Amino acid sequence: MSPDKRTAVELADALAAGETTSVEITRAHLDRIAAVDGDIHAFLHVDAEGALRDAAASDARRVAGESRGVLDGVPIAVKDVMATRGLPTTCGSRILEGWIPPYDATVVAHLRRAGLPILGKTNMDEFAMGSSTEHSAYGPTHNPWDLDRIPGGSGGGSAAAVAAYEAPLAIGTDTGGSIRQPGAVTGTVGVKPTYGGVSRYGLVALANSLDQPGPVTRTVVDAALLHEVIGGHDPLDSTSIDQPVPALVEAARRGADGDLTGVRIGVVRELGGEGYQGGVLTRFEESVELMTKAGAEVVEVSCPHFVHALATYYLILPAEASSNLARFDAMRYGLRVTPDGDPSAEDVMRATREAGFGDEVKRRIMLGTYALSSGYYDAYYGQAQKVRTLVSRDFDAAFQDADVLVSPTAPTTAFKIGEKVDDPLAMYLNDLATIPANLSGVPGISVPSGLADEDGLPAGVQILAPAMADDRVYRVGAALETLLVREWGGRLLDQAPALPAVGDAETPEGVR
Amino acid sequence: MTATLLSYDDVLAQFDPALGLEVHVELNTATKMFCGCPTVFGAEPNTQTCPTCLGLPGSMPVVNAKAVESAIRIGLALNCQIAEWCRFARKNYFYPDMPKNFQTSQYDEPIAFDGYTEVEVDGELYRVGIERAHMEEDTGKSTHIGTTGRIHGADYSLVDYNRAGIPLIEIVTKPVLGTGAKAPEVARAYVAQLRELLLGLGVSDVRMEQGSLRCDVNLSLAPKGADRLGIRTETKNVNSLRSVERATRYEMQRHAAVLAEGGKVLQETRHWHEDTGITTSGREKSDAEDYRYFPEPDLVPVAPSRDWVEQLRAELPEPPHEKRARLQAEWGFSDLEMRDTAGAGALGLVAETIAAGASPQTARKWWLGELARRANESEIDLGSLGVAPADVARVQSLVDEGTLNDKLARQVFDGLLDGEGTPDEIVAARGLAIVSDEGALSAAVDHAIAAHPDVADKIRDGKVAAAGALIGAVMKEMRGQADANRVRELILEKLG
Ligand SMILES: [Zn+2]
Repeated sequence: MSPDKRTAVELADALAAGETTSVEITRAHLDRIAAVDGDIHAFLHVDAEGALRDAAASDARRVAGESRGVLDGVPIAVKDVMATRGLPTTCGSRILEGWIPPYDATVVAHLRRAGLPILGKTNMDEFAMGSSTEHSAYGPTHNPWDLDRIPGGSGGGSAAAVAAYEAPLAIGTDTGGSIRQPGAVTGTVGVKPTYGGVSRYGLVALANSLDQPGPVTRTVVDAALLHEVIGGHDPLDSTSIDQPVPALVEAARRGADGDLTGVRIGVVRELGGEGYQGGVLTRFEESVELMTKAGAEVVEVSCPHFVHALATYYLILPAEASSNLARFDAMRYGLRVTPDGDPSAEDVMRATREAGFGDEVKRRIMLGTYALSSGYYDAYYGQAQKVRTLVSRDFDAAFQDADVLVSPTAPTTAFKIGEKVDDPLAMYLNDLATIPANLSGVPGISVPSGLADEDGLPAGVQILAPAMADDRVYRVGAALETLLVREWGGRLLDQAPALPAVGDAETPEGVR
Repeated sequence: MTATLLSYDDVLAQFDPALGLEVHVELNTATKMFCGCPTVFGAEPNTQTCPTCLGLPGSMPVVNAKAVESAIRIGLALNCQIAEWCRFARKNYFYPDMPKNFQTSQYDEPIAFDGYTEVEVDGELYRVGIERAHMEEDTGKSTHIGTTGRIHGADYSLVDYNRAGIPLIEIVTKPVLGTGAKAPEVARAYVAQLRELLLGLGVSDVRMEQGSLRCDVNLSLAPKGADRLGIRTETKNVNSLRSVERATRYEMQRHAAVLAEGGKVLQETRHWHEDTGITTSGREKSDAEDYRYFPEPDLVPVAPSRDWVEQLRAELPEPPHEKRARLQAEWGFSDLEMRDTAGAGALGLVAETIAAGASPQTARKWWLGELARRANESEIDLGSLGVAPADVARVQSLVDEGTLNDKLARQVFDGLLDGEGTPDEIVAARGLAIVSDEGALSAAVDHAIAAHPDVADKIRDGKVAAAGALIGAVMKEMRGQADANRVRELILEKLG
């Protein structure tokens, strides 16, 4: 049985035309999950029953003429960091094993309201700490392009699910690149919206001032459709922006004609060169070339403080995370480890946190606790906030000269599972290009730019725009996508190897 | 273990006290500080909770605008500056009754700062500087089940998160110097005045026994004339006006005893024990205690517009001292009467009793006499006695009508304190009304005259003052239910 490779737009059109039903589509994706997820491990929890029930309800609405919008009936996967009422939410951690939230994240509530059946929860690095999904307490996710390689992280599960046709759409969260970098290394599209553009209510916080949920899809216009469903002001999130979401689908459709006349594109000098894989840079340069041919005016911009972004990020993030994760103490929910003897509440807390958190989480809790300690606060956390302001000023200046900024999304293609897991600093470098956007809150998209010559693995181009100008990343992203698909004569994912399907070796696609 | 104490006179001979008060006030907003949960006191445990006040993963806070308004009004009433821009901060520490293991509070950017209020003790004004008033959330409430009732030695503990997230305002004074012997009274008068001010603002129920006003007393002693403050202790759990005064006095005497022996006061938290009237050592406060404060990233700064602040200022109720001057004039109280009334924390009660129809003097008489005595006996504040001003006014009107005399009125108060109903119901149920049956009264007078012929003779001889003995005998026979004036008239008629 072949996978359903249709995009969300194509599925929505088919539903609208009455050519298929949501139950049919949802069942096809559940079948695909059953067939390939043993190899991919994109999902931590699959809710077949709930998804099919929601699909049936969607079909009933459609028959009754009460459809709730374009994506009503199109199934979706949700990163396990978003609270889902009645569905397990582990954040990839042992410490939350068995926790079933009594409430929905606002993003999830939007999905339910818009009628998208939720297929399940996707794998991630524990509490979104990582760039490879290897730090999941439940085992790594494998890259559909090469099962020995990582799918990026922390949202490797969402990206892999979409790349492997297990879901047409997924929700990710991006704290330092966790949507965009997995997009780049799996040949999919990922968008980090403007900070405050999509509600964080119900997103189990990693670093509150950096986290942002966003779409994970196979095409730019699919991302725009999903973004319009989940975006907008939320009174439950004080940091949510009280302004209407720009017309994103319209911007993506406009960009899809491939014309970039009059658009000023800034190439960020500091995001390229040393430390970037040759093939990644070649694909990036080709993309810039294509955009120039399509009428864009390309300028080089300099953002001198971006070189400090990584260091800044690794002070702010652990500081906020160390405080956020304090609540996991076995007193109210999740794992509880009771030491022998007559343990006090503090003993239980200590034993539970020792057993429930992985090494990377413990590492960051210690870093953050240190950075916030009295006597060190000014030198670390305080200083980091100042650099953060300087990074934002760099963006402001760059956006004087350019409408959007571009760079490779990640410095390399997908590396081998296990290759960097014991080298935190090497792992952290994966987010070099994506972190500045989180520090200043600007929106960014990663669009596939092709396969690197060295290894034949996908690379991505990142397009950044000023805060609240998310429409620009969709317009330019869609234009680049159109230009590249023309070059390739099809989507990049069409070049991905077929996956072996469990008990389905006789499929027309054969065995890889 | 009881500490050694120095006599109060010796304390004052050698040392100058420095006083500091930290008061936590629970606001009476309808909903919590950062979520929409109700704040009703006494609900079933854990029924007034939601993902936010339970600190569930993913939940986020939203600031209660009404709480901000209350905080600003409190700040203005305490003559504070109001911040143009301030943030919440996380105070990080682990405790089972803290759902997030951090308290969302304010740190170096309080909403209100640098104010003062003036309190009067024995006709003298003391200026109490206000360091800051800041917003924060309350924690849950732990109940330790076991023989000790404390966390150590408990079999298990129960936590009620209904209280978690209730808005609190913490009001911190600057060190109050120069109060000398009056330090305990100044402490008490400050808290009493704060209560009055908060009641006037309508921002809190300020019921100390329910914990909606909690007071910590900081105290240090320095040798007389020294230019530095001594080492301070922070005494927690001082939850009545009376205790504020007692705890201050106790700590002064305890510190002095330590210092007089050449010892060093330990910088620590101490616990006040209302029953035994002593403080005991809590945890030691060391510099190692590090709350790792940082700005709460889930909240945006609070930036009250100047227009709003000025509007709130214009709408403030009359300040307590102005109100007191006005009331004194209206009620015709002497300075001493006014001071006693204020000192007893009875201004509001007296005002309400007058509003309910009693005369100022009778209102004062009941609250500062009979009712104050009973509050003292029970070691609680007048306001916590459970007698409503309207009930007091009704008792007085029954006296004025001649239905009750003072003695019977006291029995009505017994009934009120025992929760037997309204004054009228108690009079009926206990059969307390004065007997106005002239026949019965006349007979009782005749019995008294017959039983005390020598007294009767004295009265016949014009020694009218001796009538008291006969009145007493009549009242005894009538079991107090007679109008003493009428009895007197009858005696004088019969022996005149
Ligand atoms: Zn709540």
